[in-house]
Amino acid sequence: MYEKYTMHEIANKIKEKEVSIKEVLEDVYARIDEVEPKVEAFVSLTREYAYNRAEELQKKLDAGEDIGALGGVPVAIKDNMCMKDTNTTCSSKMLENFVSPYDATVVKKLEQAGAIIIGKTNMDEFAMGSSTATSAFKNTKNPWNLECVPGGSSGGSAAAVASNMGYASLGSDTGGSIRQPAAYCGLVGLKPTYGLVSRFGLVAFGSSLDQIGPFTKNVYDSALMMNVLAGHDEMDTTSVEYTVPDYTKSVGDDVKGLKVGVPTSFFKEGLPEESLQIFNNSVEVLKKLGCEIVEVNLDYAKYALPTYYIIATAEASSNLARYDGIKYGYRAKDFEDLQDIYAKSRTEGFGEEVKRRIMLGTYVLSSGYYDAYYKRAGQVRSLIVNDFKKAFETVDVIALPTTTGAAFKFGEKQSNPIEMYLEDIFTVPVNVAGVPAISIQGGLDKNNMPIGLQFIANNFEEEKLFKVASAYENATDFHKAQANI
Amino acid sequence: MKITEQEVRHIASLARLRLSDDEVEKLGEELGQIKEFVETLNEVDVSSVDATAYILDKQNVLREDELKPSFDRELILKNAPAKEAGCISVPKVVE
Repeated sequence: MYEKYTMHEIANKIKEKEVSIKEVLEDVYARIDEVEPKVEAFVSLTREYAYNRAEELQKKLDAGEDIGALGGVPVAIKDNMCMKDTNTTCSSKMLENFVSPYDATVVKKLEQAGAIIIGKTNMDEFAMGSSTATSAFKNTKNPWNLECVPGGSSGGSAAAVASNMGYASLGSDTGGSIRQPAAYCGLVGLKPTYGLVSRFGLVAFGSSLDQIGPFTKNVYDSALMMNVLAGHDEMDTTSVEYTVPDYTKSVGDDVKGLKVGVPTSFFKEGLPEESLQIFNNSVEVLKKLGCEIVEVNLDYAKYALPTYYIIATAEASSNLARYDGIKYGYRAKDFEDLQDIYAKSRTEGFGEEVKRRIMLGTYVLSSGYYDAYYKRAGQVRSLIVNDFKKAFETVDVIALPTTTGAAFKFGEKQSNPIEMYLEDIFTVPVNVAGVPAISIQGGLDKNNMPIGLQFIANNFEEEKLFKVASAYENATDFHKAQANI
Repeated sequence: MKITEQEVRHIASLARLRLSDDEVEKLGEELGQIKEFVETLNEVDVSSVDATAYILDKQNVLREDELKPSFDRELILKNAPAKEAGCISVPKVVE
């Protein structure tokens, strides 16, 4: 009933007491009861907690207290973020029964801002995948077409918001896991600068790459979410001390004279004609808005994908070594000795894709191969970082497609692992360089499926992303199209 | 190029994973393909380039060595697959 409202609109309605927090929450759970059987975006729901919070917050509001920028707004989080006393499964048998003993910093921040967490969303197992189909529990469907994947790894978070089961959600992005599902589900997805959002309480995958960010229906809500999420946290040593601006102030700014770099030589090859046409149309929109379009070279961006698969799997093999059946997580039932517990618990607890990546990561780090793979990948990473540095000396932002096309069908891109890895070709360079990027609704393809448009900025220049993304949004109607479910 | 059976078994043992014969065969094939794919990095001249492990400038992050409240033992033990007398229990490792 209230789904026509965006996150900040519903927050205002609650504040103005046009609607009660309980009514909004009931409405969202009614929507979940209706469409979740078809979409399967959630691993677990937190109804009891949510209704208790609603009551608490309403009391505060009625007493005249400020309940925060997201006061009373129902949001979902990816099931790799800890929320005290709830399961955090990473969509893996390994953590199926794990109960978080503490809150992730982002959960605390959401709560402090008054948000109500309604449930935990499905994902590729341990965030390894681009379709959410490596989940050990269920296949999440794309609300725009139930035969298609929602993208991944944060597919549940994207599908939930795209089908109005929550006004916003959190995902994590190691190689594109927020931006690619945002593109496939017609949403705004942001991967913030590395170090801007605390990862305390996020289950680690690739520690030099992982960032948490929001899924929203529009750019303003993305900026508002970042006001809440960004900031230093002493519990995360990679968290940066940075004075967080009011990001919503950049929304709607004039983009006349803004220099937009287009790395044509990087993405042109292998991009289907229709996707290229849609991207070119987007560039025309930017030109009409007064942006100056500049050709930029990202000479080493084509090496980002192999670089990423070495670094991410190496870090994953090391991060996932902690799942040994001892302290927490799955322990095999029958075993002979300690070595047997380790091997059996890991063998039975991890799924196929996770094992494949642990194997690759272990291989590239193993004695005799370290220099040839891991060290070399680190060196190429430096060249990619420099590519972006150089580009941002002449342009404000870089524009490129988020993906090569719209969401694919279940079962496609599975003939070999590399085919699925190529899904991340346009998103991965951003994680390798650490810079921030946003994916917004760029257009619709001939089947009326959403196509993402990605903007990249220099470190800590999220404001430029919100500025250009909101200008594009204001100039077009694509974001108004909704999944018909 | 396929990774040999012996090599796959060696990596699996380092990673504490047990693989069936079929899995060894399949992973040998797949890892070989991925290996070929990542070896495109060999085209790049990296002779005078330092490796980036971390994109941030900051180095070590230190704090004062002070006692702070930590988690309750019982709370943490709730997630232990097996426990005894306030400890996580494991099979005997020393004879």
